[in-house]
Amino acid sequence: MSDDMPIKLSTRTIKNSFINKVRELSGQEFNKCMQCGMCTGSCPMAEQFDISPRRIIRMAQCGLEESVVDHKTFWLCASCYNCSVNCPRGIDIARVMEALRLLTLRKNIDYAELSGLLEEEIRELPQIALVSGFRKLTG
Amino acid sequence: MKVTYYPGCTLKTKAKNLEDAAVASMAALGIDFEELPRWNCCGAVHSLADDDLIHHVAPVRDLIRVIEQGSQKVVTLCSMCYNTLARANLLMREDEEKRKTINGFMDEEIDYLGEVDVLHFLEVLRDEIGWDSLRNRIEVPLDGLKVASYYGCTLLRPKDVSIEPTGNPALLNRLIITLGGTPVEFDAASACCGSYQILGNPEAALAAAKNILDEAIKSGAEAIVLSCPLCEYNLGKKQEKLLQDEMLSRGIPTFYFTQLLAISLGLDFETCRFELNEKACLELLKNKRIL
Repeated sequence: MSDDMPIKLSTRTIKNSFINKVRELSGQEFNKCMQCGMCTGSCPMAEQFDISPRRIIRMAQCGLEESVVDHKTFWLCASCYNCSVNCPRGIDIARVMEALRLLTLRKNIDYAELSGLLEEEIRELPQIALVSGFRKLTG
Repeated sequence: MKVTYYPGCTLKTKAKNLEDAAVASMAALGIDFEELPRWNCCGAVHSLADDDLIHHVAPVRDLIRVIEQGSQKVVTLCSMCYNTLARANLLMREDEEKRKTINGFMDEEIDYLGEVDVLHFLEVLRDEIGWDSLRNRIEVPLDGLKVASYYGCTLLRPKDVSIEPTGNPALLNRLIITLGGTPVEFDAASACCGSYQILGNPEAALAAAKNILDEAIKSGAEAIVLSCPLCEYNLGKKQEKLLQDEMLSRGIPTFYFTQLLAISLGLDFETCRFELNEKACLELLKNKRIL
């Protein structure tokens, strides 16, 4: 689905089980989001996203699981917490992004592969990069 | 003042320059510190999923070791360790249900209730040593050195573990002034360096690092000071690649705050392990006649 295409909502497209799962994992009432865009405005990865965190939250509110997991946004999140501290509705958006990652990682699908790293990179990278990277990007 | 010190994994290998300079400085400042015995990796990041308690076990075990050592305070140097330990501590203090589950799981350990205070060494310098007292100990002022103070994320966010609760970080600038240097106005002090995305999405992480380095260069700084080995990797070690790819106009040396502290205290420069920094760091200090 192109990002510019209108999204049609119906009882068939709204996946309540997805909404509940994200809410349960994140502990966040992301329905409170009013689409102000503070999260996107304060995100250091904003230039890299195919779609913004604001739109991901809207899609999650609408239960559009396939559309959400189709995008890279939550895989680019560095858990920097800029969005969470700036959200005027008090939503800890970093937790929502973590929940979205876990929905894939817990199906045994990893985003990062250790085998994909060059030997030189493994030698040079600080341990905290390896530990945090694999904690966030692998299951 | 007795302090329990938690080093964390990276400080024992890639960031010996952060650790050795700090340990020598603590001794010179009369801080009675002891490395936490039997410490383990803190996990580097705080688990954000509500049902993922197992990843809190590692930092909580470290905090239990602190109690066992007869201490109430643990000091870290690495910003990521600080954040992970401080947040696990807060969770154990404030969330009764999760505390019960975690303590129940670690039935071989004493029950932990969040009794320990987790501090970053920068807080010790500000609150326990104090700027006036530190100023009196300075033997080699950083005269004329223009520095961009960089906090990154994990010293300041989320708010409940920020070392600067006012939301207007001033600590590093105060340290630089106390050491005789000149802090510059730097708009990217709390921006994210890309963090662990250097693994998953290296181009995105490098773009984030480039934005910070551009701001530092624009500010007129001659050096960046920081406290996190992952920030140092993305902003320091990765400069070579950014310069090769012509993404940066020039390089800028990055120092750990403990290195500038040790130099100012007049300690042997070998304790700073400058061989682990980029070559430009030592050259800059020599050019400025600080070394």
